[in-house]
Amino acid sequence: MISLAGRDIMHSWGKFVFTGVGLGLLIGVTLSMAGIYRGMVDDAKVLLDNSGAQLWVVQKDTLGPYAESSSIHDDVWRSIRAMPGVARVANITYLTMQVRQGERDVRAMVTGVTTGEPGTPGWPTYLVAGRQITRGHYEAVADIASGFKLGDHLRIRRNQYTVVGLTRRMVSSGGDPMVFIPLKDAQEAQFLKDNDAIRQQRRRTAENPAFNRPEVPGLLDAVIASQSVNPYVNAVLVQIEAGHTPEAVAESIRRWKRLTVYTRSQMEEILVGKLIATSARQIAMFLVILSLVSSAIVAFIIYTLTLGKIREIAVLKLIGTRNRTIVGLIMQQSIALGLIGFVVGKITATLLMAPIFPKYVLLEPLDSIIGFAAVVVICVLSSIIAIRAALKVDPAEAIGG
Amino acid sequence: MKNFPVQRRTLVLLAVLVPLLVLFVYVALRSGPLAPIPVTVVTIEERAIAPGLFGIGSVESRYTYRIGPTFAGRVKRLDVQVGDLVKGGQLLGEMAPVDLDERIRAQEAAHKRAEAQLGEALERQTYARTQARRYEQLLAVHSVSEEIAATKKHELRVAEAGLAAAQEELLRVRAERQALVAQRSNLDLVAPVDGLVAARNADPGTTVVAGQAVVELIDPNSLWVNVHFDQLHARGLKVDLPAQIVLRSQAGEMRAGRVLRVEPMADAVTEETLAKVVFEQLPEPLPPVGELAEVTVLLPPLPAAPVVPNAAIRQINGSLGVWQVINGDLRFTPVSLGRGDLEGYVQVREGIKAGDRVVVYSANTLNRRSRIEVVDHIPGVRR
Repeated sequence: MISLAGRDIMHSWGKFVFTGVGLGLLIGVTLSMAGIYRGMVDDAKVLLDNSGAQLWVVQKDTLGPYAESSSIHDDVWRSIRAMPGVARVANITYLTMQVRQGERDVRAMVTGVTTGEPGTPGWPTYLVAGRQITRGHYEAVADIASGFKLGDHLRIRRNQYTVVGLTRRMVSSGGDPMVFIPLKDAQEAQFLKDNDAIRQQRRRTAENPAFNRPEVPGLLDAVIASQSVNPYVNAVLVQIEAGHTPEAVAESIRRWKRLTVYTRSQMEEILVGKLIATSARQIAMFLVILSLVSSAIVAFIIYTLTLGKIREIAVLKLIGTRNRTIVGLIMQQSIALGLIGFVVGKITATLLMAPIFPKYVLLEPLDSIIGFAAVVVICVLSSIIAIRAALKVDPAEAIGG
Repeated sequence: MKNFPVQRRTLVLLAVLVPLLVLFVYVALRSGPLAPIPVTVVTIEERAIAPGLFGIGSVESRYTYRIGPTFAGRVKRLDVQVGDLVKGGQLLGEMAPVDLDERIRAQEAAHKRAEAQLGEALERQTYARTQARRYEQLLAVHSVSEEIAATKKHELRVAEAGLAAAQEELLRVRAERQALVAQRSNLDLVAPVDGLVAARNADPGTTVVAGQAVVELIDPNSLWVNVHFDQLHARGLKVDLPAQIVLRSQAGEMRAGRVLRVEPMADAVTEETLAKVVFEQLPEPLPPVGELAEVTVLLPPLPAAPVVPNAAIRQINGSLGVWQVINGDLRFTPVSLGRGDLEGYVQVREGIKAGDRVVVYSANTLNRRSRIEVVDHIPGVRR
């Protein structure tokens, strides 16, 4: 039994393969799109994993610290530490800002982590080079996506930080690389204005007669000093002792400390459901559009190929070939085209598109399998028009034309 | 021969499709979640580490003298400028005396008047005593009446009382004058010790309140660094430990110092322990007071023990540990940690021993089922 489809493909294989490669590039883009969505969700999860926290304590009635700004006093951790079921707590601050290195600057999420022993919540969970922060000031651990390398000197506000460690895949929900610095420096960086602004603020205060009173020497200095502190952090990360459930501990903190507390699943819902919801919808829209375009292209190609051999099909009909054989011929060609396209698409998505894409692209094996099934279904459906055209051919055309 | 063109075509087609399939299988297995995770591995060794404490502080002067008037007044003159070196006892400036000089002159006049009054009282008393004595003798020979003699005695006592009053008045006036003179000299702004003028807060003509500093003197030889150590990193801090001081203006240049004292009062708000660190040799020129300094205090080395880089320490389900590589497989070994140094090495009390191989860096989060690939350094890290 000879394969009519195989024979026909062999007949003009170059055209066929190149068409397949072209389709493959399109499928590659589609797979990358799915990968980008998976990457965004994964980034969000990694962000939560990296914080090492089981509970996030934030300002009351805010969705902080990732989705909304939140600020609480930096000594709140003490009272939370004393709650039953709490194993470890740590203050943390997040601030997206430009980090300068020499001439260039990089947009990064500067994370202020409590220095201390390894395992403190908020520390990067794994490194790809260097070491964790050991000094309480002026050291930084940066993500390799920022382009910094070990020993680089970064400038955040007016202080200089030495990069002592590098992480991978530690980015904010917006895809900005994270730069970890000690908490005290980060608090200062959040608050600290440029020197001009500080001088102006001092002058403004000095010109205010309420603060600059000659009969109370030292009042002005005291007021300026009180203006130059930032006793706030964005959240307190909490780890739970074994034997307690996060929900119960969260509830008791909510009740007695009157702060908002999120568990891991709630936080994930906020990040995935609120923060990246719009981007996710955009990507879903693109996926639908790309799928439609792909199926249109497949349908068009198969239709053209079929029209190109209308005479041969007429001959086949003339010699009494069954319709099933003709349908099989077209459908097999369509699926073969889809297969080549899928293989090329998977390869280009993995080797070419994902590595150069600025955001993390996560190509899940399951997505590939779903994609494969979708390609086959699309190819089968797209061949219907061509099949209709082929079945309508009058066998007389074989001799008529 | 007839089949040859077909065969050649098949071969070419295979030449295209087979590499494509091979590439596809490679891509499916070697990238994405199924790919092995590159890790670097280190062999644990026993080493002595010297923990260090790192803090920041500012250059401060141990002794600061704020010199100002004890009364509200106006600055009359100020002879020193910031940066001047002054001697102990040197007159730095003067407050305006307003009417003090006139009041002193009035007191001098009052003094003279009191002296004159004293002379007058003395004269009266001398005369009264002579009269009393004379009438006493006359009474003895019964030449005068007893009443007159008694009157003269009475006059003597009045004159004596008047003299005493005039004497005390003179003392009062003199003391008052001395008080004014003392007040006058109190208007001088005098350096209590040798020192450097650090601030000149008011210029002549400025009105200052009592106690407000007009001039601030510091003792330049008493500069120290007031260092804040995070309480988490203050373990082992004590007097006389050697320290390295890096001034912000001279980054990279380390100066030797030592811990002079650890403050008994910690900062409760910032959760920091305070310590004073002195320079072994004062920098020349002197750093400005208030300059930021980074201080590293070196603690004595600890006895040798197995150490791991802190990058190797991971946390899984609340317990700290390391990923141990045994025959190419991963095993999470919980460890109990000792002290660490500033270079990122941490002593391990129990859990692993020298010679064990543990994962330091990994390109992704590891779990028990992760496939690993041991590499020299993680791909993608620029060096």
